[in-house]
Amino acid sequence: MTSPLTSLTARYLTDEHDAFRAMCRRFTESVLIPGIQQWEEDEFTPKDIWRQAGDAGMLGPTLPAELGGGGGDALHALVWTEEVMRCGSGGLLSGLGSLEIALPAIVHLGTPEQQERWVRPVTSGQRVAALGITEPSAGSDVAGLRTRAVREGDDYVINGSKTFITSGIHADQVTVLARTSDDRHGGLTFFVVQTDSPGFSVSKALKKTGWRASDTAELSFDDVRVPVANRIGAEGTGFVQLMRTFEGERLALAAQGCAIAQICYEDALSYARQRTAFGKTLTGFQVTRHKLATMATRVVTAKALTYAVAEQMRQGIACPVEAAMAKNTAADIAMTVSYDAVQILGGAGYMRETRVERLSRDARLLPIGGGTSEVMNEIIGKGLGL
Amino acid sequence: MKIGVCIKSTPDTSSRIQINPGGDDLSEAGVKWATSPYDMFAIEEAVQTKEATGGEVILFSASHQDTSKEVRKALALGPDSAVCIQDDGLAKADSLSFATSLAKAIEAEGCTLVFTGKRASDGNNIQVPAMVAELLGWPHVSFVTDFELDGESFKAVRAVGGGVEEVITGNLPVVITAERGLNSPRYAKLPMIVKAKKKPLATKSLADLGLTADDVAPIVTLSNYEPPAERGDCIILEGDAATTAKELVRRLREEAKVL
Repeated sequence: MTSPLTSLTARYLTDEHDAFRAMCRRFTESVLIPGIQQWEEDEFTPKDIWRQAGDAGMLGPTLPAELGGGGGDALHALVWTEEVMRCGSGGLLSGLGSLEIALPAIVHLGTPEQQERWVRPVTSGQRVAALGITEPSAGSDVAGLRTRAVREGDDYVINGSKTFITSGIHADQVTVLARTSDDRHGGLTFFVVQTDSPGFSVSKALKKTGWRASDTAELSFDDVRVPVANRIGAEGTGFVQLMRTFEGERLALAAQGCAIAQICYEDALSYARQRTAFGKTLTGFQVTRHKLATMATRVVTAKALTYAVAEQMRQGIACPVEAAMAKNTAADIAMTVSYDAVQILGGAGYMRETRVERLSRDARLLPIGGGTSEVMNEIIGKGLGL
Repeated sequence: MKIGVCIKSTPDTSSRIQINPGGDDLSEAGVKWATSPYDMFAIEEAVQTKEATGGEVILFSASHQDTSKEVRKALALGPDSAVCIQDDGLAKADSLSFATSLAKAIEAEGCTLVFTGKRASDGNNIQVPAMVAELLGWPHVSFVTDFELDGESFKAVRAVGGGVEEVITGNLPVVITAERGLNSPRYAKLPMIVKAKKKPLATKSLADLGLTADDVAPIVTLSNYEPPAERGDCIILEGDAATTAKELVRRLREEAKVL
């Protein structure tokens, strides 16, 4: 019998997705799971993991195959997320996925020379790429960013700072959104800054509630001089390009929410079947069975919506409002189900050695990162004509 | 040169194996299938050999079921084509039935070098590779941990226990069975998976191979399956390591009589 956890979403997947899933699972089991406990404690994942992931074809599942990516669709991205999340760390997932947000600007707007220089070495795992958007004084309000790039001859001189940058410490290159004119939206431009450039520095390694295996940093740009050849696209094209990236990022975070919820449900079920109290297993109590039934229903709800959005995206149908709905739904469900899982595990669920403890912390990022739930609701409201 | 690889679809190691009501066979309900793990080393060695010397790699599988999905996944690892022998006549097949079918198909394709896993993860009989070699009239080297090909000559290394390695040299044709450590199987990258969809995969019946049901009639019939007996009570030996070790040896020798 097909599991109710997968029966509604199986229809979207082909043999090709299944084969890709098998490959991702093998990589996760052989490379990620053996090390994740240590990397979470260290709050740092060795850079060699990117190289191993690149060798295995695990980096950039939806980036063009001709640039070393997987060439897959939105459903491949979902499968990738589900399988990498099996390592039980949203941080590691986001670290290995940071190129999926860092490279699209170069893929869409970059010249062939720029793509050869800054895409292929990243998809192969030789270099790590990060996206630099958020600033200490500009988060959801992207157009309010202040980092400025001023043209001087054949160079631009960049000054400013970026924060909460995923893979910010490992990064060999950062795709930076900077202001090239005072036009609020039309004055933003992408640049690739190599992190060995004079004036660039990692000003702070940030400590986080969850996502600990991911290196997150505050970056400082102090008269960083980059040649015009590092500008991605024409001046002023950054904001529109960034908007194109958001839909995929929201789907990725929705997928992470689904995966967190499903793993927490499975771990809670496994524990409840084994743990005895008052002479019977926890599943022998109606209160636990009902809790598990509600958790499973929520997992299926989040997955049904997220897969439907992914299928729309696979067909090339724009669905920013639906993607925002999926992200909010999956984020809320990840929070709720991980909370319930910790509750079922009791004291064990509060211990760092259990996955649900870690995932309950990782889940808290989902209503914040990639656009807060409030920003999502604004998008949804506008889409509804409110 | 044509290099063959015999692979078997076996229950994924996470599958729960159950016995049919009546106990006459294992149930296939709910089983997830995957290529047997040792066959992955065989595929990798064949592809590496092809990359070094040229030629083509052909996968072979034999079953009463449709194995094309698992074989298609294996094609993503680099082989060029596949022959899936699928016939109801293999429903009760034993090792010799499979070997007979595979040997016929290998002969028909004109392979001169065949790799396969040292054993399949389900039946664990370790019989088919040697039988295939015998039926083809070829030598075979089992449990190989290192393989080199120079023209028509090969050198195969196999561990024979106690840290001793046996080096076997010879000429093609030969059947080689892969031991863990022979290589590190590559990952099937997504573009390779996509490419594999277009690779030739031929499904053949026993008749297509010129075989009849009698040719593959099993000589071994498995008539009854039973789950292992429930484990008895455990005895926990108390005391320090030296005392408990001594007591364990005494009990194994005097009570269990296994030493």
